[in-house]
Amino acid sequence: MTNPVISSPHVHGPANVSNVMLRVAYALLPAIAGSLWLFGWGVLVNLLVAITAALASEAAVLALRRRPVLITLRDGSALITAMLLAIALPPLAPWWLVAVGSAFAIVFAKQLYGGLGFNPFNPAMAGYVLLLVSFPQEMTSWAAPAGLRSADLGLVQVLLYSLSGTLPADISLDALTSATALDTMKVQLGMAHTVNEIRSSPIFGHLGGQGWEAINGLVLLGGLWLLWRRVITWHVPVAVLGSLALIATLFHLIAPEHYAGPLFHLASGGAMLGAFFIATDPVSGATSPRGQLVFGIGMGLLIFVIRTWGGFPDGVAFAVLLMNMAAPTIDYYTQPRVYGHTRG
Amino acid sequence: MTSAAHPTSSARKLWHFHGGLHLPDHKALSCEQAIAPATLPKRLVLPLQQHIGAPAKPIVEVGDRVLKGQIIGQPDGFVSAALHAPTSGTVVAIEELPVPHPSGLNAPCIIIESDGEDRWGERQPHDNWAGLDPSELRNIIREAGIVGLGGAGFPSFIKLNPGARTEVDTLILNAAECEPYITCDDRLMRERADEVIAGARIMRHALHARRVVIGIEDNKPQAHAALGAALARIDRSDIELVQVPTRYPTGGEKQLIKVLTGKEVPSQGLPIDINIVCHNVATAAAVHRAVELGEPLITRIVTVTGRGVAQPRNLEVLIGTPVDDLLQQCGGTTPMLSRLVLGGPLMGITLAHRGLPVTKTGNCILALTPGEFGQHGPVRNCIRCGECARVCPASLLPQQLYWHARAKDFDKVQDYNLFDCIECGCCTYVCPANLPLVQYYRYAKTTIWSQARDKKRAELARERHDFRLERQEREKAERAAKLAKKKAALEESPAADSEEAKKAAIKAAMERAKAKREAAGVEPKNTENLTADQQRQIEEAEARRATEKKNESANERE
Repeated sequence: MTNPVISSPHVHGPANVSNVMLRVAYALLPAIAGSLWLFGWGVLVNLLVAITAALASEAAVLALRRRPVLITLRDGSALITAMLLAIALPPLAPWWLVAVGSAFAIVFAKQLYGGLGFNPFNPAMAGYVLLLVSFPQEMTSWAAPAGLRSADLGLVQVLLYSLSGTLPADISLDALTSATALDTMKVQLGMAHTVNEIRSSPIFGHLGGQGWEAINGLVLLGGLWLLWRRVITWHVPVAVLGSLALIATLFHLIAPEHYAGPLFHLASGGAMLGAFFIATDPVSGATSPRGQLVFGIGMGLLIFVIRTWGGFPDGVAFAVLLMNMAAPTIDYYTQPRVYGHTRG
Repeated sequence: MTSAAHPTSSARKLWHFHGGLHLPDHKALSCEQAIAPATLPKRLVLPLQQHIGAPAKPIVEVGDRVLKGQIIGQPDGFVSAALHAPTSGTVVAIEELPVPHPSGLNAPCIIIESDGEDRWGERQPHDNWAGLDPSELRNIIREAGIVGLGGAGFPSFIKLNPGARTEVDTLILNAAECEPYITCDDRLMRERADEVIAGARIMRHALHARRVVIGIEDNKPQAHAALGAALARIDRSDIELVQVPTRYPTGGEKQLIKVLTGKEVPSQGLPIDINIVCHNVATAAAVHRAVELGEPLITRIVTVTGRGVAQPRNLEVLIGTPVDDLLQQCGGTTPMLSRLVLGGPLMGITLAHRGLPVTKTGNCILALTPGEFGQHGPVRNCIRCGECARVCPASLLPQQLYWHARAKDFDKVQDYNLFDCIECGCCTYVCPANLPLVQYYRYAKTTIWSQARDKKRAELARERHDFRLERQEREKAERAAKLAKKKAALEESPAADSEEAKKAAIKAAMERAKAKREAAGVEPKNTENLTADQQRQIEEAEARRATEKKNESANERE
């Protein structure tokens, strides 16, 4: 009897890519539930469309590339991309918007680079930015949170709107949508209103936008769970949120009437989602702990810069993509000192 | 003095190394199994190479009768250790046989058939080792064939030779036994703590080490207590017993040194560079036996374990015993057995078949069943999660090493310090993409080594070639110069009639020959009375022969 020679180690730990991805999916569930409650059925429709488009386009490209389809789909990465994109999109969006973003993320931002592990940019954010740049009108018409909208749509009505763009005769789109807190803050500051004046609007809650602050809280909850399960480490989220809070505080202290405070920034828009779920994407982010700190700090600062002086209300997606570009360089300059070597 | 008065872990500041893993240790399978002697095998296969370095040179012949402990292989070269007959019997063959080595290649072995008497040859105990010179001690240890019993099997006498100018600050005794499943050192310390301590004292004497520190993982409280008691019995407070946190690979030499001293062995260097020497506890016990009992290294303790054997045990085994014999003595294998490993689950090598012999470095026979492999899903692309870098005890970037090894970029892979990798397997253990990372590193290392060898060979060949060309050029130039000189000489002496001159020369030669013959009184032969033409032909042939001979000897010199 001769056995094949197998290289050690002969045992393996419990981790595999699929269960890492699945845990990220679980961690998104509280935020998804919250969004459903806050923004209505549109969230669910977005998710279904995005997931279907992502899986279908991934399968198609894999088949074209003659790669194993089912095994690869089971790694769960396309699912995560679709979920992240779906909850970043306006909850009342036409189906094609969601499908185009999702398919672009998978085909162009991921598979054309060689599939999972080879993509330099976070696919979900690449898809998001494509949509933001190409379809600004659709992308900025956000569903108003529960309590702020004068009408509600049922699941069938949302589906109908998503598919054909038609609303029930007695409901106008204005009754369903409203500007986001970040958007309002930006526009109104531009019109020389003070932060305090702007914040007296009913769309603001205690910290950030009405309802939005709760969603960010739920995202934070999922993120903490990921930390606890050791799917992610503290470096990226702490660096993103810490630097964002720090720079916001600095400007707020200098001119409180012109710059919103740190809590507003943390509780608004995609700050939490970016910090815990997107900047922690291992493929497109920095690898070493020190590199992750640099990556996160850069991202937090960019979010503030884009929100404050840029052309878009939120800056998370752009900040992520810009830092993705810098990640290889960051990794190169943050290599750990190898055992037995002297630094330098 | 009581054992409580001994310095313990609380007295010593401990450091920690980067990375590492908490692994399910599976030591309970075998750690309560007391060391039992394995039965005497009929046939022993003794590879001449049992360790790093040069193989031993056989000094017995087929048909020779040998006694237990008799030397049968002489160390050949500096990095080499002697080999002894583990029992009495007859040398039945010296031939190439399969040996436990990752290459799967055959290697020369001495095969001994035991006579069942297990009769010792002459033993020479040295009770007064404290009076011996360290070089004499090293010689005894070298003659006893002792190599590091913890893993790589480096000949021990070399590691006991610090050199004239180096002072040894600390002798570290490695009692970590950090790989899962293995309990042979644990049992040794529990049952033969006195031998370990005795060996440590001899080693200390050989090294003139300032202090001795025994590092033991805290998952072996009984072994720790046994060592403490042994120290108390001989009242040695200068040997420090230190419990270190259980974490794989604390038993790695570099890692243990870091934990105990906070120092790091320089890259590409040795512990002696920082005045530290590290030996395994089992090696210490072997040194004690060699010096104080005169017994060479012919047995070792082997843990036979895993769910693939019916009854895991710790056996004291004669070197050269077939693995199959040991499995039989452990109740045989179970039907679920899937992989036989020599060594631990993280760094051991697979055994190609059961007939392979136990060597000096074989600390564990691990019979693994599929349930023990852990997660083994499909191999996926690297997702750059960095888990490998977090667990790497050398602080490498395993992921970068993987990319560059995969791309066969062997310069880049060395820029990322490939050769600082200790192949502990932590990165592969945690990789969620199930990438065989360590295999890539081994591939890269061996390719780089073989490329370096090829390069060296090519350089030598090129040098030879260059030299040959140069010589040929030189000879050509010399010939041309000679010819030119001759030509010039000829032109200078204006021989009016060359035919005339030739004839005169021939005539003169013939006269000379005649005179010579007459002087010697020799009878004429058939070369007598040659025509001028015949004579010329002969002379030409002779000249040709002479130049051919010259060329031949020139070729030989090349």
